Amino acid sequence: MAELIKVGMADYKIGRYPASLISYGLGSCVGIALYDPVTKIGGLAHIMLPDSKQARSTENPAKFADTALLKMLDDLLKLGAVKTRLTAKIAGGAQMFSFTNTTDIMRVGERNAEAVRAILKQLDIRLLADDTGGNYGRTVELKLDTGVFRVKTIDKGEKEL
Amino acid sequence: MAEDILKLSSLQLDALREIGNVGAGNAATALSQIINRKIDMTVPQVSILPLGDVPDVVGGADAMVAGVYLRVFGPAPGSILFLLPRDSAFYLVDMLMGRGQGATTSLNSMDESALMEIGNILAGAYLNALSHFTKLTLLPSIPALAIDMAGAILSVILIQLGQMGDHALVIETEFTTEADGVKGHFFLIPDPGSLSTILAAIGVKE
Repeated sequence: MAELIKVGMADYKIGRYPASLISYGLGSCVGIALYDPVTKIGGLAHIMLPDSKQARSTENPAKFADTALLKMLDDLLKLGAVKTRLTAKIAGGAQMFSFTNTTDIMRVGERNAEAVRAILKQLDIRLLADDTGGNYGRTVELKLDTGVFRVKTIDKGEKEL
Repeated sequence: MAEDILKLSSLQLDALREIGNVGAGNAATALSQIINRKIDMTVPQVSILPLGDVPDVVGGADAMVAGVYLRVFGPAPGSILFLLPRDSAFYLVDMLMGRGQGATTSLNSMDESALMEIGNILAGAYLNALSHFTKLTLLPSIPALAIDMAGAILSVILIQLGQMGDHALVIETEFTTEADGVKGHFFLIPDPGSLSTILAAIGVKE
């Protein structure tokens, strides 16, 4: 059995084949997978909030889309990934509960996904697949042999991106 | 300031536990009357947990649960979440709708309303006790329901807390019906500024 590395909320992990990276129960959070197909090195981040500059506490960089991506990218390059080969796949960013007067905090899933897309663009990393939105949770797994990003849900099926 | 919950004294934690106890006791009594079963409840846990560890309280981020979520309005806003394993939610619906045990395997809109109403009643009973203690007027929003992975449902609350710090103050009680093993977790998660309001109102602000 290849190693299955768990990524908790507000955390990121990197690894290389034959390991896989998994994060359970993403709601409004967004899972960001970066993958280099040649070295088979990849990383998975589970971010909670869009922007470290708008938060009061920035002790944990893995919590925010901007700081988590920069740090994970850094670690991936140190492990031997090559930036021009890295591609991204993202999933999550749901709105779990709907209220009639949807406040900004309820829309955080959407804002998370937007922020991740913008930062990937800034970093010039190609976004290959995007499975965000909806009102349901997702478990995501990055297979480091192929770069397949598997998204599981409770009753919206399972897909491979 | 951001992580002021890490500096709570044992007196303050005891006070919060006592509020949780009375609130959850009210809520358990209400639930017991609705489903006509004896309900046991644990002494409330007041825990300060890293945000990522909160889903472990209910069996892990990928545990299948039903969650009824309400916002608390008033001078000490916060969130209330009533979480129960999906099987317990189905069985609770069996009891509420007068079906045999195991009859419910998915929820129709009437079942969903029934679960939300339970959440509403529990939250009302809990907030009544909290309002009584603190002399603060606290009102619940209308409830919202989701049936999904625990991590996904809890993320709604954890993200709000994540803007202020890396830890959550969780006041949590577990309910169990005597024979049938319906289990539920009741969470009160004060918004970051609300905690000092509550502590001041009950006279244990440092």
